Amino acid sequence: MASVTMIVNGKEVTANVDPRTLLAQFLREHLHLTGTHVGCDTSQCGACVVHVDGRSIKSCTTLAVACDGASVTTIEGIGTPDHLHPMQAAFRENHGLQCGFCTPGMIMSAIDIVNRKGHQLDEHTIREELEGNICRCTGYHNIVKAVAAGAQAMAGK
Amino acid sequence: MYAFSYHSPKTVRQAATLLGKNPDAKVLAGGQTLLPTMKQRLASPSALVDLGKAEGMSGIEVKGRNVVIGAMTRHADVATSAIVGEAIPALAALAGGIGDPAVRNRGTIGGSIANNDPAADYPSAVLALGATIITNKRKIPADQFFQGMFSTALEEGEVIVKVSFPIPSKAAYEKFPNPASRYAMVGVFVAKKGSETRVAVTGAGSDGVFRSAECEAALKARFNPKSLDGVKVKASGLNSDIHASSEYRAHLIPVIAKRAVAKAMAK
Ligand SMILES: Cc1cc2nc3c(=O)[nH]c(=O)nc-3n(C[C@H](O)[C@H](O)[C@H](O)COP(=O)(O)OP(=O)(O)OC[C@H]3O[C@@H](n4cnc5c(N)ncnc54)[C@H](O)[C@@H]3O)c2cc1C
Ligand code: FES
Ligand code: FES
Repeated sequence: MASVTMIVNGKEVTANVDPRTLLAQFLREHLHLTGTHVGCDTSQCGACVVHVDGRSIKSCTTLAVACDGASVTTIEGIGTPDHLHPMQAAFRENHGLQCGFCTPGMIMSAIDIVNRKGHQLDEHTIREELEGNICRCTGYHNIVKAVAAGAQAMAGK
Repeated sequence: MYAFSYHSPKTVRQAATLLGKNPDAKVLAGGQTLLPTMKQRLASPSALVDLGKAEGMSGIEVKGRNVVIGAMTRHADVATSAIVGEAIPALAALAGGIGDPAVRNRGTIGGSIANNDPAADYPSAVLALGATIITNKRKIPADQFFQGMFSTALEEGEVIVKVSFPIPSKAAYEKFPNPASRYAMVGVFVAKKGSETRVAVTGAGSDGVFRSAECEAALKARFNPKSLDGVKVKASGLNSDIHASSEYRAHLIPVIAKRAVAKAMAK
């Protein structure tokens, strides 16, 4: 077992874990933050994307122990059902989801894109930057619209 | 994934000691290759030595006529580095084209080079630019480092600390990605420094990255896309798989090299 301490959505947590515990497993099974999804478990789909020290990463391809001392933000940490994050609101407005399985990862990746590329995002940029997020339902069109709208809404946050 | 013990050394020296004590230990860098391999049980190290907290292993600086990049520097940091963008823009562009943003936020240059995947992007830059791989034990020139697919000159317990890239006068990387995996089916890095032109090819060779003698000979007299007209590359020694035959890859090499030269001249 190995000890790990990290800040998750603003709160410090310490736990003793088997070193092979993935960050995704740690969030879901130890902290019961089940908003982070595991779609493929082979690093392809992006359903598991969370932010570690402000950068998007695939939590299925990161050890929990490697995040010792880090600050982690999951989909639960960005808004509440009453006060959705502007990117969450944009996905709802633009019908950017159907089954919703890919959505937490899409939203965490989308916020990361805005952090890096700003609030005016063209379609080409959004599609390129969502390379690591796969959706089986929507055909991406409304996701792209949602990200563009969410990016603008975040400017007025 | 099989169980392992986890170590988080604070220095390269500690890392080397830990590797010495645990014969089938492995170094963990960004984990973007190693963890998927361990999940599939294709690797089962008894111990992981995580370089994430080892001091002095990441960062980018100019030293004389070289850009020196720490082994733990993430692809995203090379891609957006002002220093790399100024001195070797082709290298920044290459790093920005690896995988997707989340992979670039974790994956490291040291991990990519140590792994020497036959379709990885970085090895072509290291070979074409004639970089030097600096380990905890010695300095290894690129021409001696890559030794066939997934195999390098690194010895047991040897850790890459830095990679030093001589600044070229002209360089560019052009990749023909597989439409599904986005890994290179053929990737060509061309670099011109003084009178020397080097052309390194990734994705195509069944022994991993290699220098194309045919393309280098054609570009020797004149560094110009036209010099590559009519150049034929032999299909023997190239990969044939469900994605492309060796003949197809052989045809692609001068085509992609030509695009790379045009890109290098446009800068
Ligand atoms: C979805 C996806 C897409 C990808 N697409 C691409 C792509 O298009 N092009 C591309 O080139 N790569 C791609 N990759 C691979 C990615 O670039 C990896 O990050 C990289 O190959 C390995 O780097 P790492 O830091 O993650 O190393 P790790 O996975 O941590 O380690 C890889 C190997 O190198 C060894 N190692 C690591 N660091 C050192 C060191 N400093 N000294 C000695 N040995 C060391 C480890 O022991 C291990 O054997 C992709 C990966 C994923 C998951
Ligand atoms: S579950 Fe992590 S990338 Fe698919
Ligand atoms: S909405 Fe179903 S996978 Fe994207």
